[in-house]
Amino acid sequence: MSAFIKAISYYLPPAKFTNSDYFNVFPEMAENKNLERVGVKERRIVDPHLTSSDLGVSAAENIFLEHKIDRNEIDFILYCSLESDYPLPATSMVVHKRLMLSRNCGAIDLSVGCSGYPYALSIAKGLIESSGFKNILIINSSTLTKTIHLKDKASRFIFGDGAAATLVSSRDDNWGIGEFIFGSVSKMTDAIIIKDGGTRNPISESSYIDYKDDYGNITDNAHLYMDGPSVFNFGLKAVPQMISDLLIKSKTELENIDLFIFHQANLFFIDSIRKKLLIPEEKVFNFMETVGNTVSASIPIAIYEAQKSGKIKSGSKVLLAGFGVGLSTGTTIIHF
Amino acid sequence: MGISEFIKKIEAEVEELTPDTLKPETAFRNLPEWSSMHALIIIALVDMEYDVTITGDDLRKCTTINDIYNFVISKK
Repeated sequence: MSAFIKAISYYLPPAKFTNSDYFNVFPEMAENKNLERVGVKERRIVDPHLTSSDLGVSAAENIFLEHKIDRNEIDFILYCSLESDYPLPATSMVVHKRLMLSRNCGAIDLSVGCSGYPYALSIAKGLIESSGFKNILIINSSTLTKTIHLKDKASRFIFGDGAAATLVSSRDDNWGIGEFIFGSVSKMTDAIIIKDGGTRNPISESSYIDYKDDYGNITDNAHLYMDGPSVFNFGLKAVPQMISDLLIKSKTELENIDLFIFHQANLFFIDSIRKKLLIPEEKVFNFMETVGNTVSASIPIAIYEAQKSGKIKSGSKVLLAGFGVGLSTGTTIIHF
Repeated sequence: MGISEFIKKIEAEVEELTPDTLKPETAFRNLPEWSSMHALIIIALVDMEYDVTITGDDLRKCTTINDIYNFVISKK
């Protein structure tokens, strides 16, 4: 009895924010050819009246339709997002209600960002292989653009909104989800943070005082702050190390991995990590040009597109590497 | 490794810089398009070519290309 990824679908909100739109807002960036190395040409922006659960519900309805899944057979839902509808109850309950899932279906939230997909997969695997569950619905949803300051030129270029739904089920033959390595570099909690609006620092007038970082990005304590260079340095060290640890734990070699899918943070970031690990270009699949960085939805969206383009086939061994806010890392190998 | 070689490597990596644009005394933050992408490119270059880690804080303490170069040399 092995857990495996049976199906994935995703949903993107319709409104686009293209690079042309971006340069209208930030004309001073138009001559910065280095931006091309981020790898994003357009990204989707959620309607401000909608929440991440709205995108999550749409992704789930897509998976039920596209893969002809009976929603009554879902016995657990893992809702992974950094944004919640209410302080309580958990957003997974709100999604459960809207999807009209079974009363016998468990539901919890996972408040994890860019490393969220491997974490969600580890829980789904445990539920199936240790506790006899059969059909786990994982939803990864991001509406991070709602938290980005309008004058934060770096974050407005990188991030896009979207949601993915994954069905993890069980099969009798070949393993489907392998070992995991997780990491928590908690000394860097401040590297990616929204300081105010939680219970530690309630929103106040001072939350809206703008400040500029070393690179001309403007934000305030009520909006997203990201220290790009620190996160990059963390990635350059932590990601190759965790992949190396995973290969040892999995008793396999880099050469046995058919494809690598990294969290779609930024193409330059991924390419730098790829070079450090000496992975050939053709073994890395990226999908961010039209969607940007969709936080924990980025890996499942990329898997979907890799399958669609034939880069992932039955039997493929794919290494997934998530890393980001926390700063948190998670990696696993999937056997399709 | 001399500073002119170091400068050549930066100019090769940073897209809009033509050769001989940068001088040791260039205050890099004053370059018109200075952005966090430039910082990432310098961090990656220093890591890959010289096996040295330069953090955002280290860069903050540098004003000129010479300062970055001296930092890298001091770590080797």
